[in-house]
Amino acid sequence: MDLVGFLASRWQAILQLTAEHLVIVVTAMAISVILGVVIGIAITFNRAAARIVLKFANLMMTIPSLALFALLIPVLGLGKASAIVGLVAYTQLPLIRTVYAGIMTIDSTIIVAARGMGLSDRTILFKIKVPLALPAVMAGIRTAAVMGIGIGAIAGYIGAGGLGVFIFQGINRTSDGMVLTGAIILSLIAILTDQVLGQVLGRVQRRFDP
Amino acid sequence: MIRFENVSKWYPGGVADAVDNLSLFINEGEICVLVGSSGCGKTTTMKMINKLIEPSSGTIYLDGQNIETLDTLTLRLNIGYIIQEIGLFPHMTVAENVATIPVELGWKPLRIKARVEELLDLVDLDPRLFGRKKPRELNASQKLRVGIARALAANPMIMLMDEPFGALDPVARTRMQDEFLTIHQKIHKTIVLVTHDIDEAIRMGDRIAVMRNGRVLQFDTPREILSHPADPFVSELIGDRKALKLMNLISCAQLMHDVSEFRQTWNRDFKAGGTLPGASTIGMQATAQDALAEMFRTGERFLFVEDDSHQVQGVIELDDLFKSVSQGDDARKQ
Amino acid sequence: MRANSDDAGYAVSLCRIVLLAVIGILLCVAVVEHPQDRLVAQLVSYHRVLVLLGQHLSIVASASALAILTAVPAGVLLTRPRFRAWTPRLIGLARIGQAVPGLAVIALSVGLLGVGTMTAILAMGLCSLLPILNNTLTGINAVDPALLAAAHGMGVAPRHVLTRVELPLALAMIMAGIRSAVTINIGAAVLAAFVGGGGLGELIITGNTISRVQVMVLGAALPMLMALAADAVFDMIDHGMKL
Ligand SMILES: Nc1ncnc2c1ncn2[C@@H]1O[C@H](COP(=O)(O)OP(=O)(O)O)[C@@H](O)[C@H]1O
Ligand SMILES: [Mg+2]
Repeated sequence: MDLVGFLASRWQAILQLTAEHLVIVVTAMAISVILGVVIGIAITFNRAAARIVLKFANLMMTIPSLALFALLIPVLGLGKASAIVGLVAYTQLPLIRTVYAGIMTIDSTIIVAARGMGLSDRTILFKIKVPLALPAVMAGIRTAAVMGIGIGAIAGYIGAGGLGVFIFQGINRTSDGMVLTGAIILSLIAILTDQVLGQVLGRVQRRFDP
Repeated sequence: MIRFENVSKWYPGGVADAVDNLSLFINEGEICVLVGSSGCGKTTTMKMINKLIEPSSGTIYLDGQNIETLDTLTLRLNIGYIIQEIGLFPHMTVAENVATIPVELGWKPLRIKARVEELLDLVDLDPRLFGRKKPRELNASQKLRVGIARALAANPMIMLMDEPFGALDPVARTRMQDEFLTIHQKIHKTIVLVTHDIDEAIRMGDRIAVMRNGRVLQFDTPREILSHPADPFVSELIGDRKALKLMNLISCAQLMHDVSEFRQTWNRDFKAGGTLPGASTIGMQATAQDALAEMFRTGERFLFVEDDSHQVQGVIELDDLFKSVSQGDDARKQ
Repeated sequence: MRANSDDAGYAVSLCRIVLLAVIGILLCVAVVEHPQDRLVAQLVSYHRVLVLLGQHLSIVASASALAILTAVPAGVLLTRPRFRAWTPRLIGLARIGQAVPGLAVIALSVGLLGVGTMTAILAMGLCSLLPILNNTLTGINAVDPALLAAAHGMGVAPRHVLTRVELPLALAMIMAGIRSAVTINIGAAVLAAFVGGGGLGELIITGNTISRVQVMVLGAALPMLMALAADAVFDMIDHGMKL
C-alpha cells in the first residue's frame, strides 16, 4: 500500500520533519507560555486593560491561521521565525484567558484574609494567587500546546518545515501516502501531548485544588 | 487602645453613609462587640482599623498614634484578623497556614515550628494530627481554630473578628464561643468582634456597641444594655425574654445570701451540712437562669449553692431572682 | 425592564453585524477599485470575491449543518438510560478526537477520499461535530437527577421529559457548542482551498503565490469579519431565546 511504502522508503525524512515540527512547536510554546502567563497576571491588576487585552486576543483568534502566517512573510520572511511568531501570537488567547480567569476566580475571602493579615501584594501574588491559579494555568497550557501542534503544521505552507510539508506537498503531488503519513503522525503527537498534559493537569489539580 | 474620632465612611454611589460620624474608645484587653443588623456598617468600621478600608473623614488612633501615620503592613502584622469564611489558604497545610506570618517575618525554622505547635495546642488541635492536614479536610470549627491560631501567630496586640462563629451550627457555635472565652483569658488581647447576633454579643462582650445605619446607638456593658436599652431599636434588637437574658449574666455566687438568715425564716429541720433533706443544689458558677430552671424542675422556691468541694456556701430564693432582674431598672429610675 | 435590556442587546448585535458587513464591503471596494498593480486587478474582481464568499459560506453552512444534525441526536441518544454508563468514556473519546488538528482531519480525508468540496465539508463536519457532541452530553448529564425524578413522579411521559425538561435545560450548553463549531468552521474553511473546495482561502493562497499583501489581507479579513458576525448572530439568538 501507498502509506506503508512511503513510511518504509522515506523514514529518514519522516524523522527529520517530525523533529523539526517538535522544535518549532516547543520553542514557540516556551515563549508563548512565559508571555501568556506574564500578560495574564499583569492584566489582573487593571480591569480596563484586561478587557482590552482579552478582546484583542479574541480578535487574534479569528484571523485564519493560514492568513496570519502568510501575512508574516513580508515582515519576517519565509521560514521558522515567521512560524514561531505566528504560533506564539495564536496560542496567547487560551493562555492569557486561563491565567486571568484562574486568578480572578480565586475565592475573594482568601485574598481579604491574606491582605488583612499584613501580607504584601508581592507575597500574595507569588505565594497565594499563582499557586492557586496553577491548575487553570496548566489547563491553558494543555489547550495551547495541542492547538500549537496543529497550527504548526500550517506553518509548513510558509516554508518553516515540519509535518505540514508532507501534507501540503502530498496534496500538490496527489501522493496519498505522503498526506496520510503527515496527518497520522501529526494526530498522534497531538493526542499524546493532550493525554500527557491531561495527566499532569490531574496531578496539579489534586495538589492545589481546594 | 483603639480610638475612633468622628469617623465617617461613604462609598462611591452609596445612598447613605456606611459609617456616620462614629466615635468610640476601646480599652486594652477588653472584648468589644459591634452588633447590629446586616448592612449597618459593622464590617466597614472594623476594616478601617486595619486599613483595609480608608475612612472618608475622621481619625482612628491606636495607642494614641494616628493610624494613617503607621506603615500599613506593619500595622496589619500587629493586628490579628479573622473573617467568617476564615480564608485559609487551600494549597497550604494547617501548619503552613499558621506559619504564614512568622515565615513572612523571617523567623528561624525551629522557632516557627515551636510557635505553630504552641498555637495549635492553644486552640486544642493536636499538632501531630492536624499539622499536615489540608484545610479541605477540616470541619467548620476546626477551620475556625486554625484561623484563630493563624491570627495569633505573631502575637498581635489586637484581634479583629468579623462574624467568626457565623458558619457554625448552633451547638458548635456555643462551644466555640466558650472555648474562645477560655483562650481569651490566657492571651489577654484587645478584641473587636462583629456579630449580628445579640445573644452572642451579650455572651462574649465586655462592652457592646449597638449599631444602626452607621451610627452607634448605645455603647455599654451587656448588663446595662439589657437593663437600660437607650433606644427603642436597642430594645427591639434585644427582643423578648430580656429578663432571662439578663439572668444569664448573673452568677449564683453573686446572688446567694447567707444560710443562717434562711434558717430563721424557714423553721425546718436542717441537716449537719446546712441543707435540708432532699433539697437541690447548684454550683457557684451557674447562672441565675440555671437557678431558675432548677427551681422550676424541683418545684421548690429555693436552692443551695455549693462550691467545688460540695460545701454549701449560701442559698438562693425565688425572690432573689426577681430582685436581680428588676434591680437594674430601679437604679435607673432614681 | 428586562425585556428592554434584551431588546437593547438585540439591537446592539444587529448594529455589529451591519457594521462588520460595511467594513467587509469597503475592503472589497478598496481592493477592487484601487488595486496595487495590474496583477491584483486581474485576479481580484467583485465577481470573484462574491463567488469565493458564497463558496465559503456554503461550506461553513453545510459542514455546520452536518455536525449539528449528527451530534445533537447522537448526544441525545447516548444520554438515554441504556447508554448512560458509557457517557464518561464517550466524553473522554470526544476529548481525544478534539485533540486531532483540523488540518490533519482534512488531510486524512483527502488521503482516503481524494480532493473536492465534499471532502472539505465532510472533514470539517467531523471536526466541528465533537464540540457539539461534547456539550450536548455534558449539558444533558448536568441536569439535576432530582428534577428528572420529579418529572417522572409527576407522570410526565418519558418522551416529554426529554423535550420539556432535559433539552431546554441543556440548550444553553448545546448552543455554546454550536457557536464554537461554527467559529471553528469559518476558520477551517480557509483550508478548503487546498483541497479544491474553493472559498476565501483561495485569496490567501493567490496573494501568497503572487506576493501581494493586498490580496492576502482581503483573504484574511473577510473570514475574520465573518467569524465576528457569526458571534453577533449567536448573541442575537441568545437574546431571542431569553425573551
Ligand atoms: N465596597 C462597597 N461598595 C459600596 N457599598 C458598600 C461596600 N461595602 C459595603 N457597602 C455598603 O455599606 C453599608 C455597610 O456595609 P457593611 O459594613 O458591610 O455592613 P455590615 O458588616 O454591618 O453588614 C451597606 O449598606 C453596604 O451595602
Ligand atoms: Mg459584615
